[in-house]
Amino acid sequence: MVNLSVNIKGLALKNPVMTASGCSGFGEELADFYDVSQVGGILLKGITLKNRDGNPYPRMAETPSGMLNAVGLQNKGVDYFINHIYPRIKDYDTSLIVNVNGSTVEEYVEVTEKIAGLDKIAAMELNISCPNVKEGGMAFGVSCPSAEYVTREVRKVYPKTLIVKLSPNVTDVTEIAKAVEGQGADSVSLVNTFLGMGIDAESRKPLLSTITGGLSGPAIKPIALRMVWQVSSAVKIPVIGLGGIMNATDAIEFFLAGASAVQVGTAIFKDPFIPIHIVDGIRDYMKRHNLNDITELIGGLQM
Amino acid sequence: MKKVVDQFTVVSTIPYNSTNYCITLKSHSPLEKIEAGQFTNVEIPGNKEVFLRRPFSVFEVDYKSNTLSILVKILGKGSKTLTEIRPGEILSLIYPLGKGFTLPKNNEKIMAVGGGSGVAPVLHLARNSGLPVDNVQVILGARSSGDHIPVDHYNQWANCHYTTDDGSKGIHGVVTNHPLFNNLNEFDRIYACGPLPMMKAVAAQAKKANVTCEVSLENLMACGFGVCLCCIEPTTKGNLCVCTEGPVFNINDLKW
Repeated sequence: MVNLSVNIKGLALKNPVMTASGCSGFGEELADFYDVSQVGGILLKGITLKNRDGNPYPRMAETPSGMLNAVGLQNKGVDYFINHIYPRIKDYDTSLIVNVNGSTVEEYVEVTEKIAGLDKIAAMELNISCPNVKEGGMAFGVSCPSAEYVTREVRKVYPKTLIVKLSPNVTDVTEIAKAVEGQGADSVSLVNTFLGMGIDAESRKPLLSTITGGLSGPAIKPIALRMVWQVSSAVKIPVIGLGGIMNATDAIEFFLAGASAVQVGTAIFKDPFIPIHIVDGIRDYMKRHNLNDITELIGGLQM
Repeated sequence: MKKVVDQFTVVSTIPYNSTNYCITLKSHSPLEKIEAGQFTNVEIPGNKEVFLRRPFSVFEVDYKSNTLSILVKILGKGSKTLTEIRPGEILSLIYPLGKGFTLPKNNEKIMAVGGGSGVAPVLHLARNSGLPVDNVQVILGARSSGDHIPVDHYNQWANCHYTTDDGSKGIHGVVTNHPLFNNLNEFDRIYACGPLPMMKAVAAQAKKANVTCEVSLENLMACGFGVCLCCIEPTTKGNLCVCTEGPVFNINDLKW
């Protein structure tokens, strides 16, 4: 029997495979297919203080080995989440993690205060890396002072596990990671999407209503892997890896690069069962390599 | 509602003309119940440039043989790759997805209008409406007679009428030029699926005649089951996902 459980500074995960925010709704859509207790955790769709309609259509475009999106944090606001969604999902037998967004530090703090008291929310992911909103979002995640500021203020009002989700759209992601570690972040998750763009050559028009959007999928995996390796070498807090993970081998590469857990995002669009297949595949890999505990894999890159 | 990801074997790929194909697929497990207007998201194998699945309305369903069929119109590299698939190959399908058409009540009279590959859900509905043949009028529109798919056997479930842009089959013109549109008040419900201008024209006529009308949309989508929030349609209830709140919408809910 192999042990797949990991602990991210107080966030206990039965296995290290979570579903990424914005790729698994509030878990209910996955529950239409299978028992969600099989995944290690669900990063819930990003929420903001007030209702957001998101960006106009079209919001997505396929790319070779990936896709661009420009959803723009469509959600009904934190109060709707607490009153209507949370009661429906709170008894899922997996770790539920709220993804918190804001256009100002005050908004981040207010949303955090509102969700801090929810018993069945195991942790929060502070999203300072959404590339698809005009205000806030990625703006906080691309400079050390603003990343430090929002992390410090949110840390003051959130006693449970605080994960900060980092943007790859920076010169040196390790600097941002160290900055939020210094302000009390329990963990960092990376990477969010890469800012990209698509053009229809025939019509000469952009493929997305917002012109630019976030690139995800296997196309970004080598860069995400490199960034996870760099960050895990630079900080002491646990790192959660994501970016183009499609199968168990991809996930294991992230563990070897130093990730303590992984998130599966765009792959779910192809097949909602992929997170479960990855859990099974990790178990098989560990048996094949005579490993008893997933932690033996973390940072196990041999050079 | 239960949704599944299942493996299907390709039974046949029949070309109707140079751009329209009917692909019949046999499930490895007993078929889930599929309503008219629901769709399936099909994985496209063997083309590295095609990353995401492609959604198709379910055309015909046979629960005895565990088969379903889809109509594929070649629009890009995904649909092109799909039409090149051979019998015996395996495809992964996610289904049944979305909300189908509201079925008519007993003795109601309906008009179902289809254009292009939009004829698939419309014919699915006509076949399963539960109404006598004479209560079901189907209008199929196409550019030219060669673009119409062979649907003579549907005359056992519906009265089929045709329009063509060039006048080579049926009424010369677009679907709304068909004389049946002169007396829309005879109908209790109108259903439409096809190119956006066609559906908007049908919806405008239905609205004028105050007849209940549902249309099936096909916005670009990534997942097909409500997690990516990419296929949104602005509605009176806000931005809704076409894949879960649709693809069928009552026109009164749309901001057309």
